[in-house]
Amino acid sequence: MTKQFLLDGQPVPFEDGQTILEAARKAGHYIPSLCWHQDFPPHGSCKLCIVKAAGRHVSACATPAKEGWEVESNTPEMNGERRGLLQMLFVEGNHFCPSCEKSGNCELQALGYEYEMLTPRFRHFFPERPVDASHPDMLLDFNRCIFCELCVRASRDVDGKSVFALTGRGIHKHLTVNAESGRLADTNFSKDDLAARICPVGVILPKGRGFAVPIGERTFDTETIRSKTLKEEES
Amino acid sequence: MSFELETAANRESLRRVAIDPVSRVEGHGKVTLLLDNAGHVKEARLHIVEFRGFEKFIQGRPYWEVPVMVQRLCGICPVSHHLAASKALDPVVGATRITPTAEKIRRLMHYGQILQSHALHFFHLSSPDLLFGFESPVHQRNIVGVAAAYPHVAKEGVLLRKFGQEVIRVTAGKRVHGTGAIPGGVNKSVSATDRDLLRKDADQVVSWSRDAVHLARRLHESNSPLYDEFGLFRSHLFSLVRADGAMDLYDGHLRLRDARGQIVRDGLPCTDYEQHIVEEVKPWSYMKFPFIRDLGPAKGWYKVGPLARVQNCDFIPSPLAEAERQDFIARGDGEPIHAPLAYHWARMIEMLHAAEVVRDLLDDPDLLSDDRLTSGPKGREGVGIIEAPRGTLIHHYRVGEDDLISYCNLIVSTTHNNQAMNEAVRQVARRYLDGRQLTEGLLNHIEVAIRAFDPCLSCATHALGKMPLAVELVDEHGQLVDRAISGG
Repeated sequence: MTKQFLLDGQPVPFEDGQTILEAARKAGHYIPSLCWHQDFPPHGSCKLCIVKAAGRHVSACATPAKEGWEVESNTPEMNGERRGLLQMLFVEGNHFCPSCEKSGNCELQALGYEYEMLTPRFRHFFPERPVDASHPDMLLDFNRCIFCELCVRASRDVDGKSVFALTGRGIHKHLTVNAESGRLADTNFSKDDLAARICPVGVILPKGRGFAVPIGERTFDTETIRSKTLKEEES
Repeated sequence: MSFELETAANRESLRRVAIDPVSRVEGHGKVTLLLDNAGHVKEARLHIVEFRGFEKFIQGRPYWEVPVMVQRLCGICPVSHHLAASKALDPVVGATRITPTAEKIRRLMHYGQILQSHALHFFHLSSPDLLFGFESPVHQRNIVGVAAAYPHVAKEGVLLRKFGQEVIRVTAGKRVHGTGAIPGGVNKSVSATDRDLLRKDADQVVSWSRDAVHLARRLHESNSPLYDEFGLFRSHLFSLVRADGAMDLYDGHLRLRDARGQIVRDGLPCTDYEQHIVEEVKPWSYMKFPFIRDLGPAKGWYKVGPLARVQNCDFIPSPLAEAERQDFIARGDGEPIHAPLAYHWARMIEMLHAAEVVRDLLDDPDLLSDDRLTSGPKGREGVGIIEAPRGTLIHHYRVGEDDLISYCNLIVSTTHNNQAMNEAVRQVARRYLDGRQLTEGLLNHIEVAIRAFDPCLSCATHALGKMPLAVELVDEHGQLVDRAISGG
């Protein structure tokens, strides 16, 4: 007999080793994420997949499903937590959607809409993060980094280059380039690397290409991040 | 004569009256008047009180973001900044000439914007003053009052603006702050469905625009002494014109006429603007004062915008607007018309021209083509000049080897009109306010003069917000004597 847990009262089947997020999405239930990627081990840093399982707040991407658990996800309480997390992510960096090339294709922005984030709520940090335009093909705009480490993991585990790393602690944490000069041009980074196209926000972007896709034809102009994620899960 | 009333001799002993903020204009400004004990005006200044700093923070950003970023200077005519920046950055991607499709789509977007912005200004912002009188009851002096007393006028104004906004949506993706133009061309063509949607209303829009010219003309001619003399001062006229002297609001070369109407500079290439225009900074305003370099600050200032353009060009290349222009010029009897209130009439002639251009462009099959982008050997510098609804708009950028903006200079339409607006304020203060008991209606005269220029003060300081007009009368000890609140 298949094991199952209850997600918002709905039975969700799972196999041993599957996380709550994997089992839920496979069964057609949306749990949001930013730092999770199916090709990499769970990271658990963005916390947007937060659910209440057996009375405790856990990251759905990193918590194995358990038989008989009652899990709360799409509830006012949990969605409120997610909205708060999104608001923190927005004020921590410099996210100026109006002039960002990633606008319309950005997962952070799409989640802001999905969870009805109407105000920043918290005081903006306005961190000083200069861009790195040294590379001939790619631009690094650190202002938009959410520390998901997808580029770090892709560069290290797939591209075999370890171009990126997080450095600093706590409030001073930031993305850095693994070169003595700290410049992307002084690494063997290539526009064809997986790390060059995995950023869920607008940090790593090809140069010279801005707003080439008109409004109305960008990814999240035509569907929500919820429907896009579930559609991808089905295919 | 020029600059009289700019700075009073004994400022400390004078009574200060402030109109703060000026209402029914775009952005945030204030007027201060210094009066002596007899109520005589000794100083009058239009101040721009906000500082925005776009030129500074654009530096260090990648060039391809700029046309979308700088349009946030303004919510009324963002298309002007969007297109001026795109034009300036075309050479950076090696597009010395863009494709016919790209140019026509940009022109369509621009003339759609001229239409909506001119309609907004005339019907929503200025028509209450013109239809009801400058001292009419303040509760009536707004677009809601116009809708109650002249419903067809208000309706046509609202629908004209709506049509212009739709043209922008079709070409830029959104009515406000779209993304249609990119360095080297445009990112989308016009669909046949959207073209047909606009074409369906285009003839009606031309007809309503013509009615609007006739309304502005009727208002002017029915009260000539007021309209011809109110805030009158003489100055040079400055604008772009096409190579053959035609009115062209998207591209061309620079032309300057003197106050008598003689062309004194012509054929100036846009890229040479820095050789001819200098901006002076005055300590009391965040808005600079441009003037023609070799004429000097006292004589070299000028007017821009509809009143300048309609008289600076040799002809308007659309028949209905050209016929209206000829009637307008005839009124000057061989001399240029300098009356600030004539701006409204000229503005409506331009709106009619924009409606005709939009209608004709909609029949052009190039709009539907996919030939949208040009590229070539990269450049490092570009100047883009466009005739925005309020006047000549200059964008100038330099781009570093790393593709980041290293230099940005913006001279916006309202900035060109800075000295002109101050002159108009002083003329009105001298003629209508001097020695009189100040009332809200009298102070509105000052605002009427400023509104004629359709200033966009937020753009000109490179303000957000909307506040009611508060007028405070303060005595020489700083004590509040009287306070009136209106507008908003």
